[in-house]
Amino acid sequence: MSETVMDRAASATPTKVARRIKGLSDRTIAWIFVAPTVFLLLAVNIFPLIWTIRLSFTNFRANRPNGEVEWIGLRNYQRILTDSDVWLTMQATAHFLFWTIFFQVILGFALAWLINRKFKGNDLWTTIIVFPMMLSPAVVGNFWTFLYQPQIGLFNYVVAFFTGADPASFSMIGEVALAPWAIVIVDTWMWTPFVMLICLAGLRSIPDTIYEAAECDRASKWRQFWTITVPMVLPFLMLAVLFRGIENFKMFDLVVQLTGGGPGNTTTLTSIDLKREAFEKWRTGFSSAYAIILFVTVFGLASIYVKALNKVKER
Amino acid sequence: MSSYSITEATGRQKWVAGVLVIGYALITLMPLLWILATGFKSSPDSIAYPPKVVFEPSLEGYVNLFTTQTRQSAEYLEANPPETWYEEIVHDKGMVIAGPSRFGERFMNSVIIGFGSTFLSVFLGTLAAYAFSRYRIPLKDDLLFFILSTRMMPPIAIAIPIFLMFRTLGLSDTHAGMILLYTAVNLSLSVWLLKGFIDEIPREYEEAALIDGYTRFQAFYKVVLPQAATGIASTAIFCLIFSWNEYAFAVLLTSGTAQTSPPFIPTIIGVGGQDWPAVAAGATIFLVPVMVFTILLRKHLLRGITFGAVRK
Amino acid sequence: MKTTHFLSAAALTAATGFAASGAQADELTLCWAAWDPANALIELSKDFEAESGHSMSFEFVPWPNFADRMLNELNSGGKLCDLMIGDSQWIGLGAEAGHYVKLNDFFEAEGISMDDFIPATVTGYSEWPKGTPNYWALPAFGDVVGWTYRKDWFEMPEHQAEFKETYGRDLKAPETLAELKDIAEFFQDREIDGKTVYGAAIYTERGSEGITMGVTNALYNYGFQYGNPENPYELEGFVNSPEAAEGLEYYKALYDCCTPPGSSDWYMSANIDAYKSGQVALQMNFAFIWPGVNADPNVGGDKSGYFPNPKGPGGHFAQLGGQGISVVSYSDSQDAALEYIKWFAQPEIQSKWWELGGYSALKAVVEDPGFATSQPYAQTFLDSMAIVKDFWAEPAYASLLLAMQDHVHSYVIAGEGTAQEALDALVEDWTEVFEDEGKI
Repeated sequence: MSETVMDRAASATPTKVARRIKGLSDRTIAWIFVAPTVFLLLAVNIFPLIWTIRLSFTNFRANRPNGEVEWIGLRNYQRILTDSDVWLTMQATAHFLFWTIFFQVILGFALAWLINRKFKGNDLWTTIIVFPMMLSPAVVGNFWTFLYQPQIGLFNYVVAFFTGADPASFSMIGEVALAPWAIVIVDTWMWTPFVMLICLAGLRSIPDTIYEAAECDRASKWRQFWTITVPMVLPFLMLAVLFRGIENFKMFDLVVQLTGGGPGNTTTLTSIDLKREAFEKWRTGFSSAYAIILFVTVFGLASIYVKALNKVKER
Repeated sequence: MSSYSITEATGRQKWVAGVLVIGYALITLMPLLWILATGFKSSPDSIAYPPKVVFEPSLEGYVNLFTTQTRQSAEYLEANPPETWYEEIVHDKGMVIAGPSRFGERFMNSVIIGFGSTFLSVFLGTLAAYAFSRYRIPLKDDLLFFILSTRMMPPIAIAIPIFLMFRTLGLSDTHAGMILLYTAVNLSLSVWLLKGFIDEIPREYEEAALIDGYTRFQAFYKVVLPQAATGIASTAIFCLIFSWNEYAFAVLLTSGTAQTSPPFIPTIIGVGGQDWPAVAAGATIFLVPVMVFTILLRKHLLRGITFGAVRK
Repeated sequence: MKTTHFLSAAALTAATGFAASGAQADELTLCWAAWDPANALIELSKDFEAESGHSMSFEFVPWPNFADRMLNELNSGGKLCDLMIGDSQWIGLGAEAGHYVKLNDFFEAEGISMDDFIPATVTGYSEWPKGTPNYWALPAFGDVVGWTYRKDWFEMPEHQAEFKETYGRDLKAPETLAELKDIAEFFQDREIDGKTVYGAAIYTERGSEGITMGVTNALYNYGFQYGNPENPYELEGFVNSPEAAEGLEYYKALYDCCTPPGSSDWYMSANIDAYKSGQVALQMNFAFIWPGVNADPNVGGDKSGYFPNPKGPGGHFAQLGGQGISVVSYSDSQDAALEYIKWFAQPEIQSKWWELGGYSALKAVVEDPGFATSQPYAQTFLDSMAIVKDFWAEPAYASLLLAMQDHVHSYVIAGEGTAQEALDALVEDWTEVFEDEGKI
């Protein structure tokens, strides 16, 4: 991932310290220290990954451990890539990804910009805004189904209060047109603070002297915003987008609690579909192939994105 | 800088910014306040149509959360009058307490698995981070990247082979299995965060200790560890919050013995219908510790959520 | 440092946890859904504990997660449950995958006869393959979809008068599905006590089995069949017959005209909430809720009435619910578990079961002359149990159910395509499942 950002400190390490004085050799210590971590990750991540790849070429079903297992080559992959339902879940995921990031970037940046005005008590309010993102999505998501109930929930009455619409005239998770937005709203509520915090760090990293120089050049505030603030915050913002993108590509808990994928398949994101295939229909081979496709997709997209991010950093 | 700074906002700007931010914060708080309030409503009030903002507070939700209840005949109720205030609440609904609910157990599971995995991932993470920070390790960047990439896989995808592995090893629905799994997931965060913290500790301290005759090992735990204490503590809290909130693995890999609270709380069900006051009460008890942690973590929040990529 | 405390506490608890899950022959865990009857069973089981010396613990999972969690538990060979009150549709899987212990020899040895139970429950909860005397469970809880209505609203003179004027008949519990829709339409958006109320709360849930358990009540009665009676896996023309499509259209029309806004993902508990909070005049739900409705401070007693699922043009059926109790083959305490079943099958325990709110399936209990009048809903329960029909109980039931949930929800709630298309797609998916299973 964004090596240039993350490895700053690592690359600045002088090496002459690795000098043996007493006791175990540095090399041994290094390996003793790193080995358990690498071993555990191999056992819990890489080994299963290889197993998944293997399973993806079979018709294995985990609910029939003694059933016959056949090698069926690439048939699972073929089936998934030509399955129109899978493409529908990809579409739903793309819609969710795009709009959550869109709203979170706009709101998050705006909030950070406002907080950076350093009004009195901004620390306290920042902490309050951060609360939703630290909480369990499953627990909070479940409660939102209650908030979204048109008759007994809070949401419709609040909207009605501000817009004058009849609270019973719409149902956020019940209507095909609204359900995709219902999940976007809750995710935005939860994760806007994430983008906000990162933007805030970006804003605070801009030295005052740059603005002072601009002021001397009689650049307008508007111009300063576009030529100094935005470019300086951009790498931070892109990092935030990367994190949100990866997280929301994996999205499961919040949406499963909110809509269960409905109405119909309107909010069936890929993770929800994968869970049904793997743990309800128990088509283990098929869903292994599905998982590999997802992993390759997210890994590929993230790598391309990181390249772009590094370019922006270098500019 | 002089009293007047160009970048300092004017009083009026500050006022407007303050109002907007506070407005957003209040809107953001509303769902959380509604959870808190619902926990103190009676069952009929919680599903009142239209919703009630003003209500008579009741501890029914909390009593329901911790007990299992059975409906009983009027004669039975008359013959067995309530002895405590909570029995009275139940009694008034024509029910008796049949025993404790599962909530306490599930909450303890969250605590055990949360703290167990946090301890392990911070312990292993500190060692690895120290090594990555101080030593030349072949393929260091690749290893670090590999550690991070384990976070990209959707949990449901990993859960398929993990489910099979746990079944073979007898780890399904055990505390040990969940602790191991969460440790592995948290390691990426803990290694990356701690490496950042340890990088910031000047090497001169250790070198001085080595010259004083400490072994490498002693230098590590007598000099570096105390210096990294704050970083370790905040890393630990981040790991704890992750394990505390995790849902996908928990719902697929645990059932009766090791189930944690997140899959449990949404399924709290009362007598006839979802018991919203009890759900809200459970959610409140479950969410408050995280809020407290968030306040404690204020200074390191950013670093934690970005794997150390952004430091204030 | 604090962490050492945490570690030792964790290690200690983990260690004791393992010890408890070991082979203590007399500690039984019973798994069931989390609902009113389960709580009643805790109370009932205290007798067993006192009598046998075994101790009981219970693992109850709410309906939306019940199948998921418990099938996962069985499929992973888990030892959590010694006794499983599993849903009727799991019996095929339980039998064929070896999750359940076969009970024939045990019944014979203990003199328990299946002839003593309501025939529909024996077929529904115990037999696999269906119609053969191979028993994998003892009928434990009879349940069926029926309807609850607001008697107090029905009886208001202004409603009586207006309804008669509009529809030319009295406002009372409906005899047919068409009448039911009229009544729901009549109450939809009506002002009662200053609140807008709605017609009916029906099953629409997407995530587990909700909408399937609801829509079948219309499908069956319009002429839907699971397959050719001669050849159960011949679906074409039975599942997607024009009559079946009409039934599906009826359910959608009922959803569109006469349900509360936002009732797009409702199952048992949401329907109860809507009914108890005074949103709806009619409620579709399993019979298990009736004792709770009857005792409710707001809508209980005389305010509510009950009726079986009304007939349609193609027949008169109601969706079967309910469960049998089975012994899990992975359990280390099978003998004690069988002891529990033996105890549970006794007539006096069964009649106490009914008193506590459990729907006994024992003939001796339900055919008792006093039974029908013992509770206001008892007669409705008997009438409903006489017309039951169940979903597939095949080992692949989960895949069959997922396909049905998908197509029915997409048509009824999301409004995609036509009823005929939805059922055609269902036939296609089900055929694929049976082909994968090697049944076709």
